[in-house]
Amino acid sequence: MNVLEIIFYALSAFALVCAIMVLISKNPIHSVLWLILVFFAISGHYILLNAQFLAIVNIIVYAGAIMVLFLFVIMLINVKKDSEPQKQLFVKLIGVIAGGSFLTLSISLVKQAMPLVGKTVPLKEGTIGLIHPLGKALFNDYVVPFEISSVLFLSAMVGAVLIGKK
Amino acid sequence: MPIQYYIYFCLALFSIGVVGVLTRRNAIIVFMCIELMLNAVNLLLVAFSKMYNGLALQNGASATAGIDAQIFVFFIMVVAAAEVSIGLAIIVMMYRNTHSIDINFLNRLKN
Repeated sequence: MNVLEIIFYALSAFALVCAIMVLISKNPIHSVLWLILVFFAISGHYILLNAQFLAIVNIIVYAGAIMVLFLFVIMLINVKKDSEPQKQLFVKLIGVIAGGSFLTLSISLVKQAMPLVGKTVPLKEGTIGLIHPLGKALFNDYVVPFEISSVLFLSAMVGAVLIGKK
Repeated sequence: MPIQYYIYFCLALFSIGVVGVLTRRNAIIVFMCIELMLNAVNLLLVAFSKMYNGLALQNGASATAGIDAQIFVFFIMVVAAAEVSIGLAIIVMMYRNTHSIDINFLNRLKN
């Protein structure tokens, strides 16, 4: 077991623990902070896969912009800690059972999948995650979706302003 | 690292997101669990991209095989950012009308 595998297991365990803490913490602000830790762990996974551009974009966009937006909204609407109504216990139990059966079913499917046997992911090598090949692909083959996404952002901005002004 | 380990990890993260959507009633927490599911899918796309790239390099194909998945991840992040801005605007509007962010108030989609 070399050092890369140890890093993989440590990051995975950290991400899973933080994701569970997102669910079970009562205060929404604590949930946001735990979710930021999950995003940092996923960025660590990207760095392990040598997808450096996506690692940085993940930190800037998710942990930087989106989670700050969440924090801002939580502080704006001032949710009191004890005012959040809890679901009944058996509804929670059914939710956990549904999620757990989805997980076990998918894991058993992946275990039987013959096309995946022997396929490995090379860690810490390869150049496709660097900025140079990604930029070339983005601005040669995918330039039309890139421009369309700017229209999407414009419409999202107009929609958010319109909803917020009512 | 075998690809199965990445699939197991992403499935676990996705299932935690599913459980959160099913069990919480705070609309903001539900929204955060959706972000968690999106991130699990993103990580799986990058892992498959690296796997495909490694196979292509062994077979002597072009060095940029599998780069499309990382471009897809980039676009998923773009769409997620737009989605979050609209969704949080809707949550703020809902709070202004009902003074609550309990999603059970919204199950009839009127008033």
